Amino acid sequence: MSAAGKSGLVSKTLAVLLKDLRSELRTRYAICAIIMFAVVTVVAVGFATGGITLEKDLQGILLWLVIYFASMAGIGQSFIKEEENRTSLALRLFAYPPSVYGGKYLFNLMLLFVLEIIVVPLFAMLVGLQVKCYVLFFSVLILGTIGLAGTTTIIAAIISKTSTKGVLFAVLSFPLILPLLIMAILLKRLGGVAGVNFLCSSNVCLRIFTFRLCLE
Amino acid sequence: MVWKIGLLLIFSWVIIGTWVFEPPMSSTFNPEIYRIFYYHVPVALVTFIAYALAMYQGLRYLSTKKLQYDSKSSIAALLGTIFCVLAMVSGSIFARFTWGVFWNWDPRETSIVVLLLIYLAYFSLRSAVSDPVKRANLSAVYSLLGFIAAVFTIFIWPRITPGLHPGAPGDSKIIVMSFNTLIVFLPALAAFIILFLWVYSLSVRVASLQKET
Repeated sequence: MSAAGKSGLVSKTLAVLLKDLRSELRTRYAICAIIMFAVVTVVAVGFATGGITLEKDLQGILLWLVIYFASMAGIGQSFIKEEENRTSLALRLFAYPPSVYGGKYLFNLMLLFVLEIIVVPLFAMLVGLQVKCYVLFFSVLILGTIGLAGTTTIIAAIISKTSTKGVLFAVLSFPLILPLLIMAILLKRLGGVAGVNFLCSSNVCLRIFTFRLCLE
Repeated sequence: MVWKIGLLLIFSWVIIGTWVFEPPMSSTFNPEIYRIFYYHVPVALVTFIAYALAMYQGLRYLSTKKLQYDSKSSIAALLGTIFCVLAMVSGSIFARFTWGVFWNWDPRETSIVVLLLIYLAYFSLRSAVSDPVKRANLSAVYSLLGFIAAVFTIFIWPRITPGLHPGAPGDSKIIVMSFNTLIVFLPALAAFIILFLWVYSLSVRVASLQKET
C-alpha cells in the first residue's frame, strides 16, 4: 500500500475501469441486458397505465423501481464475470482492493448513467413525468444513482463467492438499498437532499473501507 | 451467579414497578396502555446494541481473522433478530390499543421490517456459503454494511418521515419521564441488557464447546 502510494492507487483504479470498459465494448453483455430490461419494463408500465394520468408521487416510485430492477439485471454480473473467467485471482494480484472496488464502482456508475440517459426520456414519453424543480430532480437522480451503484457493487463482490448467485443478489441488496430507495422516492415530499446526501457519503466511504478488509 | 440473582431481583422490581406506580405519560387518553413502554423501549434498544455488537465482532474478525469472532458476530446477530421480533410484537400490541390496528405501515413499523429483512438476508448469506473461512469473511463484511443501513433505518428514517410513532417530525409531545417512571425504566433497560449479555455469553460458550467436540 505505502510502497506505491496514492498515484499507484488512482492509476490502477483507472486501469481496472478501462479493462472493464474494453471487455464490455467487446461483448456488450451488461449494457444490453440492463437497457433491454429497462426498456421492456418502461414499455410494460406505460402500456399498463395507458390513458391514466399518474400522480406525481407514483411517477417517482415507478421510475426508481425501473432503475433499481434494471441495475439488478446488469450489475450483479460485474464480479461473477471475473469468477467465471477465473480472472479474479489475477485481479487480486494486480491491484489493491480499493482500486478493484473503485474501478468496478466507476464502471457500474457509468453503466447506470447510460441507462438513465435512455430510460428517463423514454419514461417521460411513455408514462409521463411532471417535474416541479429540475435542480432537485436531477440532484436526487444523481445522488441516488451514486448510492445505488456503491451498494450493488459491494453486494456483487460478496455474492460472486457464493453458490446461489442470482437469487442471493436480490435478497442481499434489496434490504440494504431500500432505505436509499425510499428516501429517493420520498424526497419530493420532503423537499431536501439531506437524507440521500448523508447516506451516499457514509455508504461510499465505509464500503471502500470494508472492501479493503474483505480482500486483504 | 451474582448476575443471575441480580437479574432476578431487577426483573422482579421492574414487574412490580410496572403495576404499582402511575403509568408513564399519565396525561394522555387511556394511560393504562402505556405500561408496555417499560418493555417495548428497552427491547428495541437492546436490538440496536446486539446489532452493534455483531458489527463490532465482524470488524474484529476482519482484523484478526480468528473464526471465534465470526461465531460471536453471528450469535449477536441472531439474538438481535430475536429482540427485533420481540420489539415488533410488543410494538404491534401497543399500536393495536393506541392507534386502533395491529399494523398500519407507520414509518417506524416499516423501518423495523426493513431492519428485520437486512438481518434475515444476513442469515441467508451465511447458509449459502459452505466454506467456513469464506463464510466468515463475507458475513463479516455484510454485517458492517447491514449496520450502516440499520443505523439509518433506526435513527434517521422515522425521524424525517411523518408518522404516529413518537419522534416523528411535527410531533410536539416531548416525552418527559417523571421520577417514578425513571426508577422503573432505567432498571428495565439494565435488566434487558444484562439478559442479553447473559444469553450471549452462554451461546458463545455453547458454540466454542461444540467446536471442540
